[in-house]
Amino acid sequence: MATPPTLKISAEIAQQIRQHGAQTYPHECCGALLGRDDADGDVGVQFPMREIVALFPLTNRREDSPHNRFSVTAEDVRDAEKAAREKKLEVVGWYHSHPDHPARPSQYDREHAWPWYSYVIVSVANGEPLEMTSWRLSDDRSEYACEEIAIRDRAARS
Amino acid sequence: MGVKVIIPTPLRVYAGKRDSTEVKAGTVGEALGRLTAEFGDLRKHLFTEEGKLRSFVNVYVNDEDIRYLAKENTPTKDGDTISIVPSIAGGSCLLHDYGCSCHRSSTSSFRA
Repeated sequence: MATPPTLKISAEIAQQIRQHGAQTYPHECCGALLGRDDADGDVGVQFPMREIVALFPLTNRREDSPHNRFSVTAEDVRDAEKAAREKKLEVVGWYHSHPDHPARPSQYDREHAWPWYSYVIVSVANGEPLEMTSWRLSDDRSEYACEEIAIRDRAARS
Repeated sequence: MGVKVIIPTPLRVYAGKRDSTEVKAGTVGEALGRLTAEFGDLRKHLFTEEGKLRSFVNVYVNDEDIRYLAKENTPTKDGDTISIVPSIAGGSCLLHDYGCSCHRSSTSSFRA
């Protein structure tokens, strides 16, 4: 697998993800990451770039076990893609929280993951959001590779 | 004219970066078979090792979910559109510890 690009995210959006995780604690939160992926961009771009520009928060559909599972239905995915299109963006990944667990993907995460997408995980301990990480599934589905999150202080361009 | 198959964003990299393709097929199963014959790398993301459609792969024929039709035996005809739509799931319950050397968020400026 090629080295994944750095995931660029504004401090404001990073804070929104953390807040969502705190709001839904002790349940998992989830949502779509809307942005741009320039991996297929113009010739001459040395480093592929992926930038999160907006969030599309979703309701966790797993009512049976919301403290350690999340689910986003196909209809939710279609709604997120529609919201992205309206902003001239695309769904480049998904975020969810791990209440009282580290921000590391589980075996369950890997088995249910799609390639290409960035999966952002925020750890929430006792209601306080802590570490945030991002992961991408390898082409052969065998493992997750972490991707660096670059948080910038100024607001993202819209 | 055949059956149009819409390829979801995360799988386009395995399909020559195309967002759709056209196949000749009489059923959804045939269409997915032709699709994965043309783009072999798609197979492991759509089907389990036992050859069953993965549970988080949703297939629609003209906006109708094939689970409520005849599943992979759902008939298709020229002009139909098959959409492959992901659903997303995950959660904690750490069963495997993935090591990560770059997990700390950085505040460095972006590479241009």
